[in-house]
Amino acid sequence: MSKPVVATASLAGCFGCHMSILDIDDRILKLIELVEFNKSPIDDIKTFTKQCDIGLIEGGCCNSENVENLKLFRKNCKILISVGECAIMGGLPAMRNGIPVKECLEEAYLKCPTVDDNIIPNDDELPMILDRVYPCHEIVKIDYFLPGCPPRADLIWEALVALLTGKELELPYEVVKFD
Amino acid sequence: MSTINFTIDGKACKAKPGQTIVEAAKDNGIYIPTLCHFEGLKPAGTCRICTVKVGGRNMAACTTPVTEGMVVENKTADLEDYRKAIIEMLFVEGNHMCPTCEKSGNCELQALGYRYMMMAPRFPFLFPRRTLDASLPKIVIERNRCVQCLRCVRGITTADGKRIFGVVNRGGHVEITVDKDLAASMTDEMAQKAMDLCPVGAILKKEVGFAIPIGKRKFDSKPIGSEIEKA
Repeated sequence: MSKPVVATASLAGCFGCHMSILDIDDRILKLIELVEFNKSPIDDIKTFTKQCDIGLIEGGCCNSENVENLKLFRKNCKILISVGECAIMGGLPAMRNGIPVKECLEEAYLKCPTVDDNIIPNDDELPMILDRVYPCHEIVKIDYFLPGCPPRADLIWEALVALLTGKELELPYEVVKFD
Repeated sequence: MSTINFTIDGKACKAKPGQTIVEAAKDNGIYIPTLCHFEGLKPAGTCRICTVKVGGRNMAACTTPVTEGMVVENKTADLEDYRKAIIEMLFVEGNHMCPTCEKSGNCELQALGYRYMMMAPRFPFLFPRRTLDASLPKIVIERNRCVQCLRCVRGITTADGKRIFGVVNRGGHVEITVDKDLAASMTDEMAQKAMDLCPVGAILKKEVGFAIPIGKRKFDSKPIGSEIEKA
């Protein structure tokens, strides 16, 4: 039987959740025995080469590229998991929600004391910034949520093992935290 | 003094006359989750997390006195889900960014989220635009995190009994406000009391933050209510 396939992505995130995946320490060797990685920054595979079983999404959606990427993951992954506060509720990038985009861009590119060319970047190559930052489950269906900033390595590990082995997930109180 | 006999989820309990359901439950080793309630303050019944069922009706356990023969339903699947829904509503209707909050780990709303295993709220986030007041000498008022429990309004007064905090507007526009002159005269002790009274991170004492390391904070290893529950 072939191994289950895992893909991961960091959308509007800081890669902290990916660092937390690596924080499972030597269990990463066991993980490699259990699963095969496809599209992910961990193995640097840029495009999906096969249908995946589990997709781990870090970060919410702040621009059009995030939305496209998230929809691509939904299409290519049987189970999609929001990993971390940004994926679940927008997180730090969502602190701009409630402030009009125009005001944000002007503050960053025109009024900021350290800019001198005073241009708001606008090029076809650049993804369009969204009106606000969206949690992933407001864009596509998300099957499971792993909260934390970042989610504890033990939470990610236990959730993955439970999914891969079909065993009941028993989480100690200490591993589910929002910070 | 006479004793009142009543039951919670079928368990025989005893209460003193005048006790509310929340207080009596605590004395009997039963935890009913609360948020706006604070021992020593007049109950307000604003958050409704303590909702229990009495005689088929939903009641706020923090404002309802126990009566003889009362049959209280507390830990039923329906009530627990109502409570979880209220917690989720509070999370989506404010801007609760736990990772950036000084109160994280000591926050009662967050602790209730943990207790009820809120992995993600079922409701869409509203991302309201709220204001922050950092102009006072001793405290910061961070309205993004306010849950309008009115604990500060009820519990923080000057030595001569004047209220420092107040509430303005109605419905979704309700906002905690402060008497700037009275707040300017707050001592360090009063500022600490106000911060400790606030269940969330809406009132913060200035010039101190993230003082307790992760792992040693109030709700890092023990769920809220576990100190009340008897095995």
